[in-house]
Amino acid sequence: MRIFDPHIHMSSRTTDDYAAMHAAGVRALVEPAFWLGQPRTSVGSFTDYFDALVGWEPFRASQYGIAHHCTIALNPKEANDPRCTPVLDLLPRYLEKDGVVAVGEIGYDSMTAAEDKAFAAQLALAIDHDLPALVHTPHRDKAAGTERSIAVVRESGIAPERVVLDHLNELTVRMVKESGCWLGFSIYPDTKMDEDRMVAILREYGTERVLVNSAADWGKSDPLKTRKTGDAMLAAGFTEDDVDRVLWRNPVEFYGQSGRLALEPDAAPAEFAGNSILRGARK
Amino acid sequence: MSAWLDEALAKVAADATALRTVFPAVGRRVGRGPTDTPGRTVDDVARVRLLEAAPGAAAEMPGLYRHGDAAEKRAVLYGLSVVDTGDAGVELVADALRTNDTRLVTAAMGEYAATHLDAAAYRHGVLKCVFMGIPLAEVAGLDRRTDEELRRMLRSFAAERTAAGREVPADLLPLLTELDI
Repeated sequence: MRIFDPHIHMSSRTTDDYAAMHAAGVRALVEPAFWLGQPRTSVGSFTDYFDALVGWEPFRASQYGIAHHCTIALNPKEANDPRCTPVLDLLPRYLEKDGVVAVGEIGYDSMTAAEDKAFAAQLALAIDHDLPALVHTPHRDKAAGTERSIAVVRESGIAPERVVLDHLNELTVRMVKESGCWLGFSIYPDTKMDEDRMVAILREYGTERVLVNSAADWGKSDPLKTRKTGDAMLAAGFTEDDVDRVLWRNPVEFYGQSGRLALEPDAAPAEFAGNSILRGARK
Repeated sequence: MSAWLDEALAKVAADATALRTVFPAVGRRVGRGPTDTPGRTVDDVARVRLLEAAPGAAAEMPGLYRHGDAAEKRAVLYGLSVVDTGDAGVELVADALRTNDTRLVTAAMGEYAATHLDAAAYRHGVLKCVFMGIPLAEVAGLDRRTDEELRRMLRSFAAERTAAGREVPADLLPLLTELDI
């Protein structure tokens, strides 16, 4: 089973996770820029993070045979913090980097005016830089937030097939399917969505334009949920081709719209900026 | 080299701030293969041409370096030798010399460093190259900037290597023997 995890925050994970993911079949992933769990207090904190997403983290992934790409954006939560919003002016530099395959995560957290502004501005950036967009749907008031997100996407003029609305559930799947956008599902240990519910959704709505991710981060989450979903699909009678479509061909098709996917991990230098992830004395 | 590059050159000639979005894309647009200049790749050469073509590039170079990936940083360092940045580039060279990335350290020790670094910084730059196994042929200005203190440092380095039973890089020897003349 070849797996492309279209949403996972590897900066928060260990090298053991990379090894386990590779063993489970993960060969490619996308790491969206998001909130760190702890508020950032300056623009420099963002740019250092972006530099890691296009530098150190792809290097780490390459050591485990996994192709790493990322999405870059000001996340919805921090779009509300005036100390962070000036990073919007720096995004054009980062949106042209080789490993950047979408603008994201953008969208709503609490549906404030500041979030409206950042969301619209960043959809415009996606159009300017010829990139797809990854839209996070809110944890609270999800259905209303998703509906409003679809309206903002429509107003922006970006083609719906270049947008994925992520973290969907039973109540939001239909409206997104009808919008023409891609459908993203984050499979979590307790919350968002689980493997069996995912299988039921695939049965009802089909595999077209569906992305399944682990969204694993610094919280309770599991970087192998993509594989577990593939296994659950097979157990429920889906074919290997169905699984390959959902876990590989769909994310390749969606992020491939950037023209920047490079699915062979680079023949990486043994060290990145002098740092190896191999600890201990080397002879 | 390519239609894309011609267009990009025209764009940055009209507005140097266009470098901010043109610079990161160069590698995937023109390629990254080797050129006739040893150590320089196709994208290195294209980026330096872009810097030369942009009036006011000097003001953009610190930002291009700060937000650049390793390839972009390397090109800015090469660019310091062809675009007049006054002393503003010294800070960028110093940053590159703090890394342990051989690509950056090599690019940092070009003609600009030979002209602008003070004696202490230049000596440590050379010593760092020796430590990292960067061929001294890549370092600019050795003929005129090698002084007694640098020879002492290099001799001390060679003595440490010898004491440890490790090899002294062959390209170090001409610099050391000059001392013994």
